[in-house]
Amino acid sequence: MAGHENEIDQISGTETTGHEWDGIKELNTPLPRWWLWTFYATIIFSLVYVVLYPAIPLINGATQGVLGWSSRALLREEIAEAEAANADKLEAMRTLELSEIAADAELRQFAINAGNAAFKVNCVQCHGAGAAGSPGYPNLNDDEWIWGGDLEAIHLTIVHGIRYVNDDDSRISDMPAFGADELLAPDEISDTAWYVLSLSGQDADAAAAGRGETLYVDNCAACHGEAGEGVRDLGAPALNDAIWLYGGDHTQIVSQINAPSHGVMPGWQGRLADETVKALAVYVHALGGGE
Amino acid sequence: MKNAPEAVLVGLAAFLVLLGAAFARDAAFAMHAWVAFAVLVIATVILFRRIKFGAGEPAVATTDGQPVYNDGVVRYGAIATMFWGIAGFLVGVVVAAQLAWPVLNIEPWLNFGRLRPLHTSAVIFAFGGNALLATSFYVVQRTCRASLFGGKLVWFVFWGYQFFIVMAATGYLLGITQGKEYAEPEWYVDLWLTAVWVCYLLVFLGTIVKRKEPHIYVANWFYLSFIVTIAMLHVVNGLSVPVSFLGAKSYSAFAGVQDALTQWWYGHNAVGFFLTAGFLGMMYYFVPKQAERPVYSYRLSIVHFWALIFLYIWAGPHHLHYTALPDWAQTLGMVFSVMLWMPSWGGMINGLMTLSGAWDKLRTDPVLRMLVISIAFYGMSTFEGPMMSIKTVNALSHYTDWTIGHVHSGALGWVGMVSFGAIYYLVPKLWGRERLYSMRLVNWHFWLATLGIVVYAAVMWVSGIQQGLMWREYDDQGYLVYSFAESIEAMHPYYVMRMFGGLLFLLGALVMVFNLVQTIRGKLRPETPIGAEEPAMQPAE
Repeated sequence: MAGHENEIDQISGTETTGHEWDGIKELNTPLPRWWLWTFYATIIFSLVYVVLYPAIPLINGATQGVLGWSSRALLREEIAEAEAANADKLEAMRTLELSEIAADAELRQFAINAGNAAFKVNCVQCHGAGAAGSPGYPNLNDDEWIWGGDLEAIHLTIVHGIRYVNDDDSRISDMPAFGADELLAPDEISDTAWYVLSLSGQDADAAAAGRGETLYVDNCAACHGEAGEGVRDLGAPALNDAIWLYGGDHTQIVSQINAPSHGVMPGWQGRLADETVKALAVYVHALGGGE
Repeated sequence: MKNAPEAVLVGLAAFLVLLGAAFARDAAFAMHAWVAFAVLVIATVILFRRIKFGAGEPAVATTDGQPVYNDGVVRYGAIATMFWGIAGFLVGVVVAAQLAWPVLNIEPWLNFGRLRPLHTSAVIFAFGGNALLATSFYVVQRTCRASLFGGKLVWFVFWGYQFFIVMAATGYLLGITQGKEYAEPEWYVDLWLTAVWVCYLLVFLGTIVKRKEPHIYVANWFYLSFIVTIAMLHVVNGLSVPVSFLGAKSYSAFAGVQDALTQWWYGHNAVGFFLTAGFLGMMYYFVPKQAERPVYSYRLSIVHFWALIFLYIWAGPHHLHYTALPDWAQTLGMVFSVMLWMPSWGGMINGLMTLSGAWDKLRTDPVLRMLVISIAFYGMSTFEGPMMSIKTVNALSHYTDWTIGHVHSGALGWVGMVSFGAIYYLVPKLWGRERLYSMRLVNWHFWLATLGIVVYAAVMWVSGIQQGLMWREYDDQGYLVYSFAESIEAMHPYYVMRMFGGLLFLLGALVMVFNLVQTIRGKLRPETPIGAEEPAMQPAE
């Protein structure tokens, strides 16, 4: 290009390359210096990085880098650090009774944090992000506990689950299907449902509820109690409050008497560490309804 | 007899596909074969109706030594670009709405899982692919001073590619996928694309070989590197064994982390060679033409071209930071991405500096403004990319919406805008019109699209960084503070705003379609040229 034989662009004063395609010419501007030096800088950065970190593949493995850094070692280190920082607390969680954990303010707070984290991974799918439950899955914030609401009872439920076939110690309650198995006639079921509604003082057809009382005493009171207060040893829920697992209008109660739904909760023993299960019990107990 | 062999061949293909439907080993393959059969039957009928008997038209003689360019396929390509563009943007708005309001997922055909690949493929391969097809055919003829090589092969490339798009899109809706991002179509659609793509290479290369210009223009280097590399990436990543030759399912030749690495070698270079190199080819022709200025630096174009294509091909592993991929491969993916920064910016400098001496045109020419803002978005996303590949940044950004924002500032800002600019340039020329129907509408499109992209990208930065911070938030005892579901809940307002940004972009594209349709119909909106009342400016130094 020497000798300035090519056309000079009038506006920039730069020489063109002398080629033209469909009216497009090219200037022969040199590479911008800042561009070139930044490009060199990224190359130098890369070379230094390649020396410092694992980079070049060889026949057996790869160069390890002069820093000796590896992502797996870093992960192991971080986990070990976190475990070491909590070592005494985790040990205490393993060895102490639930009541002792709850009595130690610092340890209780630790258990609540740990339980909160475990709850968000393992329990929210059914019980909801705020543990407020959904139809068929109990709300864990309120005062009603189907299987008991003190620390030990909650712990027992989490360890073995409910109606969980893989755990022989899992507790089972099995309400008969009064309609599907023809133990009661449809109008009798309807009357019983009205009576159940009247137990918690809600609007009910008084005549029907009156007819339902005898049916309730004969068929339901053995498990749910004379006044519908529930029997926790049997896993029979209280019927005298406004808290309903499968819905509290007349149709929903009829449906539950007719052919009851029976929820299943898995047991967490063996799937979560013992101290995590304990932490979950403390956390759930602390949500608001713990006894 | 014009069209007769084609009509018979397409009819035969329809019959073969019908056999496929009859003997299919699974329901998905049968349904897909019926779709192909319907498309091919329609094509056969159209071709038979267009058969012309007799001697055919005489070959067009060249006048004054200029070859007669084949612009018919470019016209079809321009229309296909806009058609698929609207389809892709629309599905994008729909999937954005589905993320904000999950109730909009309509099972099973229109759920997010099936519409999302429809959106990405429609935008990248249907909109972007047709824009590249059309402009590369236009540019290679002009800059080589030669008509397209291959005769009817050119039309096979165009219609074969449309058939690929239809088969890919309907396959997604039927739930047929090989589960590789941006390479979802199953083995038989992959094979078809391979055949079409090799013909595309033949047409392009053949035209370059018969060129009348002594040198090959820079735009053609980029187009050629795009065509060659995409062929290689597509073939290697698509290697798989079909369960049956009459079934939709296949298994990849790779497994585990090797499969992941092959996939992202493909995936990142689809960005590098389809969305970067190809569109740089477009930029290198349409920016100097629209600005009427010479390309800023020939030397820069050489250095950044070779640096770009050498470095890009190694950068894929940065998609697999902190995974089972060995540390050494992650390191190489990162450093090659960092070194890619300046080679990418070479294209930006050459594009922007080509305007020196013509900056005043930005005030009066919205088409040029569109091309320039595309280069600006190109520069922004090619800085953001290397930055996000740095492992410490990636630890925060990976798997978050930040990546989605990055992709869209590249796809909407760079790919979308440069294609719009090129199509606005082409349509009046292809249909022999004096000018576009309305420059004011181009201006409206420019602002709607720009605002849409800015909203989209800014919202995704905020939501992505918030997401990343929520996922890594530990309490002082080392326990995670937020659940994944809580981070999703927190994204809702951003997802609504993102949909709004996409809607603005779609609206702009609809304005463009109206403008182009009017232009093609030969209408001219009476309007004062933009900035006509301004005094003429002196050229800059």
